[in-house]
Amino acid sequence: MANATTVTLDRDDKLIEELGFDDHFHEHEHGDKYKSNFITKYIFSMDHKIIARQFLITGMIWALIGAGMSLIFRLQLGFPEESLAWLRPLLGKWIEVNADTGIGTLAPEFYYALVTMHGTIIVFFVLTAGLSGTFSNLLIPLQLGARDMASPLLNMLSYWFFFLASVIMFYSLFLSTGPFSGGWVAYPPLSALPQASDGSGTGMTLWILSLVFFVISVGLGGINYITTVLNMRTKGMSMWRMPLTIWAFFVTAILALLSFPVLVSGFLLLMFDRGMGTSFYLSEIFIGGQALDHVGGSPILYQHLFWFLGHPEVYIIILPAMGLTSEVLAIHCRKPIFGYKAMVYSILAIGFLSFIVWAHHMFMSGVNPFIANFFVIFTLIIAVPSAVKVFNWITTIYKSNVRYNAASMFAIGFVSMFISGGLTGIFLGNSAIDIQMHDTYFVVAHFHIVMGVAAFFGMFAGVYHWFPKMFGRFMNETIGKMHFWGTLIGAYAIFWPMHYLGMAGVPRRYYRFDNFDTFSHFSEMNKFITIAAIVTFGFQLLMVVNFFYSIWKGKKVTSKNPWGATTLEWTTPIAPGHGNWPGKLPTVNRWAYDYGKNGEEFISQVEPMREGETEDH
Amino acid sequence: MSTGLIILGCLILIVIVVIQIGKVTDLAAKIRGEEAVQYETNKRTANYMLLFLVGFLGLTIWSAWHYKNWMLGYGPHEAASAHGPSLDSAFNITLVFTGIVFVLTHIALFWFSYKYAGKKGVISTFMPHDNKLEVIWTAVPAVVMCFLVIRGLVAWNEVMADVSSDDEHIEIEASGQQFLWHLRYPGPDGKLGTRNFRLIKQGENPLGQDWMDDKNLDDLMPSEIVLPVGKKVRVRITAIDVLHSFDLPHFRVKMDAVPGMPTYFVFTPTKTTEEYRQSLKNYPEYQQPSDPKDPTSPPLWKTFEYELACTELCGKGHFSMRRLVRIVSDEEYEKWLKDQQSYYLSNVRGKDFDPRNDEVLGMEVQQRKQDFNTAVEKALSATTAEEKIIRLDYIYYKAGAAELDNRSKYELDNLIAVLNKFPKMTIEITGHTDSDGDDAVNLALSQQRARAVHDYLLSNQIASPRLRSRGFGETKPLDSNETEEGKAKNRRTEFQILTQ
Repeated sequence: MANATTVTLDRDDKLIEELGFDDHFHEHEHGDKYKSNFITKYIFSMDHKIIARQFLITGMIWALIGAGMSLIFRLQLGFPEESLAWLRPLLGKWIEVNADTGIGTLAPEFYYALVTMHGTIIVFFVLTAGLSGTFSNLLIPLQLGARDMASPLLNMLSYWFFFLASVIMFYSLFLSTGPFSGGWVAYPPLSALPQASDGSGTGMTLWILSLVFFVISVGLGGINYITTVLNMRTKGMSMWRMPLTIWAFFVTAILALLSFPVLVSGFLLLMFDRGMGTSFYLSEIFIGGQALDHVGGSPILYQHLFWFLGHPEVYIIILPAMGLTSEVLAIHCRKPIFGYKAMVYSILAIGFLSFIVWAHHMFMSGVNPFIANFFVIFTLIIAVPSAVKVFNWITTIYKSNVRYNAASMFAIGFVSMFISGGLTGIFLGNSAIDIQMHDTYFVVAHFHIVMGVAAFFGMFAGVYHWFPKMFGRFMNETIGKMHFWGTLIGAYAIFWPMHYLGMAGVPRRYYRFDNFDTFSHFSEMNKFITIAAIVTFGFQLLMVVNFFYSIWKGKKVTSKNPWGATTLEWTTPIAPGHGNWPGKLPTVNRWAYDYGKNGEEFISQVEPMREGETEDH
Repeated sequence: MSTGLIILGCLILIVIVVIQIGKVTDLAAKIRGEEAVQYETNKRTANYMLLFLVGFLGLTIWSAWHYKNWMLGYGPHEAASAHGPSLDSAFNITLVFTGIVFVLTHIALFWFSYKYAGKKGVISTFMPHDNKLEVIWTAVPAVVMCFLVIRGLVAWNEVMADVSSDDEHIEIEASGQQFLWHLRYPGPDGKLGTRNFRLIKQGENPLGQDWMDDKNLDDLMPSEIVLPVGKKVRVRITAIDVLHSFDLPHFRVKMDAVPGMPTYFVFTPTKTTEEYRQSLKNYPEYQQPSDPKDPTSPPLWKTFEYELACTELCGKGHFSMRRLVRIVSDEEYEKWLKDQQSYYLSNVRGKDFDPRNDEVLGMEVQQRKQDFNTAVEKALSATTAEEKIIRLDYIYYKAGAAELDNRSKYELDNLIAVLNKFPKMTIEITGHTDSDGDDAVNLALSQQRARAVHDYLLSNQIASPRLRSRGFGETKPLDSNETEEGKAKNRRTEFQILTQ
């Protein structure tokens, strides 16, 4: 396999030289002004590749914080009687130490703050910014044959708004009243009234502020991604020749651009209710010993606005992971992705349907039961394109020649996770079953597997696969494989048992279970889950160490196309400068998945069609 | 601090070990040739994939078996409501379909991963698409989904339907507040009274019931939900401060409580608590002692109770909003209901904050009439003159005057009815005061007040020879005039049956 790649390398250069599109890049010296100094090259950079790395590393830091928080509340759930006094140096007054016994317990307010922050951080900062921000930025220009994004400036701002959002959210962790603690969905009235919870005071103000900046970041990124995909494809790169990664990022950006503003409008109304005495979400409330003036609002309105983003959001998270998986799987299977067009139509169908299913989060929230009829139908229809995708991934492996490495293994793991987590969605999307399952651990198991773990698997596949393009070195394979097996087994060990908790009716967001006879049967299982979570977290540290060590000390990339891939990013130099291609832009003559065609292991997209060859896909 | 150092030390150690592993394997790959190492890796990983498949499917199936008693509708985990089984069966049918898909797709995924691991000299089969195959696997899930949707929605629309007007049912109310559930029963009139959140006052009126609404006066506020088996129940669900959710896991009941927007859930309990206990009795996990530390404590099945929980995050005490639910036989329910006291009568009536203090309520009129007639009967059968004196407890005068207050009408009407029933009865009406103020004035006032009652009776066609009236001023106290209570007792109007 490796031999074949070196042969074609020079050929790619030659083809670009012969057939490439001359945009007079070298004459304008676009690249030069960005090379000027350290700050503009590495910090306030407009190079999409640097911005991608900034998103990735910021996302990784947030992932460690978010996952670390889950360990603390898992300790509470698994070992409610054990002393947590040893966490006092880290958590301070949130660990209440009993003066007589010396036993430290986690304050319930802080438990809820941890749960809330865990969700917010992982959903928005890690799996939206860290995943789509990283790979949309890295791959859209590279795989489309563009010099950079349509607007490098907006792209840079997109990162720095995310950074600002991060700083605000991080700061809110240190408030004396604690960060926001009303759940990542931030339902009013709990989130609207400081009297209702400590975290709903300054913590909530900063939470909204941070997320508004975050949405600006998403918006700036999204506009850029869409414009770049529509306008900056190189010659020959028709939409139907784009790799599935790009299709996924493209649809993701559209979803984000359409849905995130609705969230902001929801937040704005919430801010009015909080600070200006309006009553969009509040009505007939008696709290803190007094009746509030608010009448006529409806908390359900917020839920509609929130989930109008919230549901597309889970596809904003999972579509890029699907795209990455499709790409990585095809390349390392050395076989075209099966049913390319069906995959594209599935992405489009999922994207479209994601906008008309939001109320399936609200079956039990008091909306008219009649509307559930529509939302159940649309929700379960999503299973069809999802199933098509799964079958296509599996068929891609069929009669292939899989090259096993951390990237391809995580791609296969993604498919397994997506199946396991997706199937439980069929239970929850059916309102009749949701009556019992709603807000139980069954839901926790479902969405953690399907959009948490699966999205992380897609992200890991992407990181291991494109690390050579990002840093010119490989990540260590052995540690990568250990990371894979540890995470695959660990994640199932954490989340599989939760299905049984959910069937027993155990509610999520409980600080402890022993107030109820019904929910207190599972202390052994909760211990097991906590231990599994700690061990699995340990395996993630392997990945982090591997990542940073490999940036500086990893095995060097010696050829331009180490994986033998067909897409354009592997026709750039090993360490491409700003502008990506030193000379002409490559032109594209075929789709992205010519693997094993006519006995050739792979045919690069820059390769012209052979005589008598048809583009059949 | 030392634990911190140990953890830090461990972390550093792990980092060093990981980096060394990385270095060694990179080096080894270089020595042995990267291509050769890749094919070896493929082979090894293929085996691991197969191993994982077997282990994973084995463990999932084993765990399903192990936790079978938590499968909905199976063994001890049966629904205790009429609609529950329809939801449980929807769950189980979905479980069968998804279970089949789960097993088959996982076998295909990992078997292919095993079988098609990269081998030297193999070129994969160019197989970009197959329309027939794709149509099949689009159509099959679509058909299965249709089936599940229809099944689910039929069950859903049945379960969520509100009661119709001619449906016989019990309506109760649950209101979530940080961090407890208030429960309300309609009382004998079968109707819940109106509420206004502005009337809420802690300790006085926790739900903001409007006491001017008669429907509120008999409402009960018990501390647990008690319901008769087999009767349809409509729970009206409300919230006082933030969102809550009314969850009865054993009955497959769940619905959010929303401030400003009452919701509901209709269900019919089908098993009494005792019956449910009996059904748990045979399962070993319920034969464990209820207190793990005390082996002599009663087994779990004996202490089993239905519970009400909150399932919408409502703040730091969210996990503790428990209420007991008891399902009992009809007779037990009626008996329990009889023992409950109206919240208004036991906590509000007659207190300073009772807005109806200057009003006699219909139910009180009834009660007083009953009490009055009992007192009269007792007096009629008594032998001593002392025992023939009956106090008119509910006669009110304008302050410091002898003019009768409107509220006195009911008590006087009771007296008139008695006089009409016993046409031969003659009575003497007497007035008394406390010791406050001038003796002569008191005497005069007591005479005038007794006279006022006398006149009222006359004007109601009671013949004058049957009536006499006298005032005693402060001369015949019943109690000490030192205390307020004593004085209140001493200020009174009485009558004595002279002949009967």
